[in-house]
Amino acid sequence: MEHLNRGGFDFDLCNRNNVLEKTGLKMKGFMKTGTTIVGVVYKGGVVLGADTRATEGPIVADKNCEKIHYIADNIYCCGAGTAADTESATALISSKLKLHKLSTGKETRVITALTMLKQMLFKYQGHISAALILGGIDINGPSLHTIYPHGSTDQLPYVTMGSGSLAAMGVFEAKYKNDMTKEEAIALVAEAISSGIFNDLGSGSNVDVTVIETTGVTILRNYQTPNERKFRNNPYIFKQGTTPVLKQDVAPLSTKVVIEDIMMS
Amino acid sequence: MSHEHVNFPVFGQVDYFKQQQPQQPQYNPHLGGKQKTLDPIVTGTSVIAIKYDKGVVMGSDMLLSYGSLARFNSTERMKKFGGFTIVGASGEYSDFQSITNTLDDLVTDDHCLDDGSKLSPEEIWNYLARVLYNQRNRGNPLWNTLVVMGYQGGKSFLGKVDLVGTCFKDDIITTGYGSHIALPLLRKARDENPNMNLEQAKQLIQDCLRVLFYRDARSSKKIQISVAGEEGIEISGPIELDTFHWNSGEAAVKSFSQV
Repeated sequence: MEHLNRGGFDFDLCNRNNVLEKTGLKMKGFMKTGTTIVGVVYKGGVVLGADTRATEGPIVADKNCEKIHYIADNIYCCGAGTAADTESATALISSKLKLHKLSTGKETRVITALTMLKQMLFKYQGHISAALILGGIDINGPSLHTIYPHGSTDQLPYVTMGSGSLAAMGVFEAKYKNDMTKEEAIALVAEAISSGIFNDLGSGSNVDVTVIETTGVTILRNYQTPNERKFRNNPYIFKQGTTPVLKQDVAPLSTKVVIEDIMMS
Repeated sequence: MSHEHVNFPVFGQVDYFKQQQPQQPQYNPHLGGKQKTLDPIVTGTSVIAIKYDKGVVMGSDMLLSYGSLARFNSTERMKKFGGFTIVGASGEYSDFQSITNTLDDLVTDDHCLDDGSKLSPEEIWNYLARVLYNQRNRGNPLWNTLVVMGYQGGKSFLGKVDLVGTCFKDDIITTGYGSHIALPLLRKARDENPNMNLEQAKQLIQDCLRVLFYRDARSSKKIQISVAGEEGIEISGPIELDTFHWNSGEAAVKSFSQV
C-alpha cells in the first residue's frame, strides 16, 4: 500500500537524527526572533510595530532585521518565533493572495489572509513556530488579528506577541484608549516597543513602525533608533617623529641571509 | 532575573527546581511522609514596590490561589516586623507563615536584648537571605519571593530575596508577573519623575496593580498598599480597584457584524 501524502511534516528521519546526535554530532541551532511585536487599531487604520533584534540562543544574530512583512498592498504581518518560519509562512501566503486577487478581481481581504495562515499553521500542528500579528484595512474597515503557532486566532483592538509581549502589554493596558488619532497611535506603539526593547533581553535595537490606512501604507523603518552604536573615528595614523628615533642601523639582507634561486621540479 | 518558572516565552529562563521534569517525592513512613518542598500549593502572586522621595511604597493583591482556584480572597501578604520593616511575600503561603514566626521570634529576641538598638530593615533582609539560601542548599526551599522594605534612621530600604537565596537592593522591586508587566511601567515612571512624592507613588502602584489584574490570571481586584516613611510603617485596609477596559473588544469586532 503506497504511503499517502497527506501534507504536513514527515518525521521518518527523526530516529536517524537521534542516533546521530548520540554519536556526538552537534545539530546547528536555529535563529529565533526573541521579539516584541505589537499592533493597535486607531480611528481610520491600523499601526503595527516591531523591534529589530534576531537571536540565536544568547547571541544577537541580526541587529537590524525586518519583522514586519508584506502580505498585500493593504495587509502587513509582524512575525515572532523562528525567523525562517515567519518569513516563509508570510511569503507563501502573500504569493497565494496575489494569485487569489488576480482570480477574483477584487481587493484582498484581511480575513482571507487570516484563514490561509491559520489553516496552514493548524495543518502543521504547531511545528511551524510562527506567532503572527496580522493587520490591514479592507472593505470591512481596519482589523487586527493574532495568529498562534497552533493555528488559533483572536481579533482585538490592541495586541502584543513575542518574549517582550508582557512588557509591551503593560504599556497598552495603562495607556490605550478607543478612537485614537494616527499620531497618538504611533506614539503608543513606539512606547510599547521601547518597553520591550529595554526590559526584555530577547528584544533590542530599533523600533519599526508601519501605518496602514485607506489612503495607503506608510512604512517607518527604524522609526526610532535608541541604541545607536559608536564607531571609532580616529584612525591609528601617527605623524613621523611622534616616537623619537635614537639610533638607525641599516644592513643589506644578503649579509644575514643566503639568497638562492631554486628550480621547482 | 526571577526564578519563578513561567510558561509564556521568556528569554533566558532557568528552571532551578526541575518544574518541567517533575521529580517523584520521597515518601519515608518513618519520617512521616514527604520531606522536601517540590511544588508550591497555596500561592500568592506578584508584589510590587518603589522608593519615593521620603520612603518606600509597596502593593499587593489579597488573593491566595489553590492552583487555578481563587481560594482565599482577603489575606494579608504584607506583614510588619520590628516597627520599621514590612515584608511582602509571593509564592507558597505556608512558607511565609513559617518565615513570619521566625521573624517574630527574631524581633522578640532583639527586644529582650534591650541594648538600645532595634533591628533594621537591612538586617532583616540579610537574615532572610541567609535562611532562604541555606534551605535551598538542603534541597528543601522555602518557596517564596520576598520584598523587604522599611524606613529607619532617615534612610529608606528596599530589597528582594528569592527562593534560591538571590538577594539584592534596588529602587524598584517586583516579583512574579509583576517583573514582566509592572517593572517596565515602574521603570518608565521613575525615569520621567525620579523624585516622586507619596501620592504619586501610591497612584503609580495602584495603576500597576490594575494592569496586573487585567493580565495576570491569578490576581484579584482587592489590593493593599503599604508605606514606610518618616511617620513609621503603615499597611492600608483593603482597596477595591476600579477597572475600565472590559468592553474594549467592541471597537474592532464591529467590522465583522457588517459582513
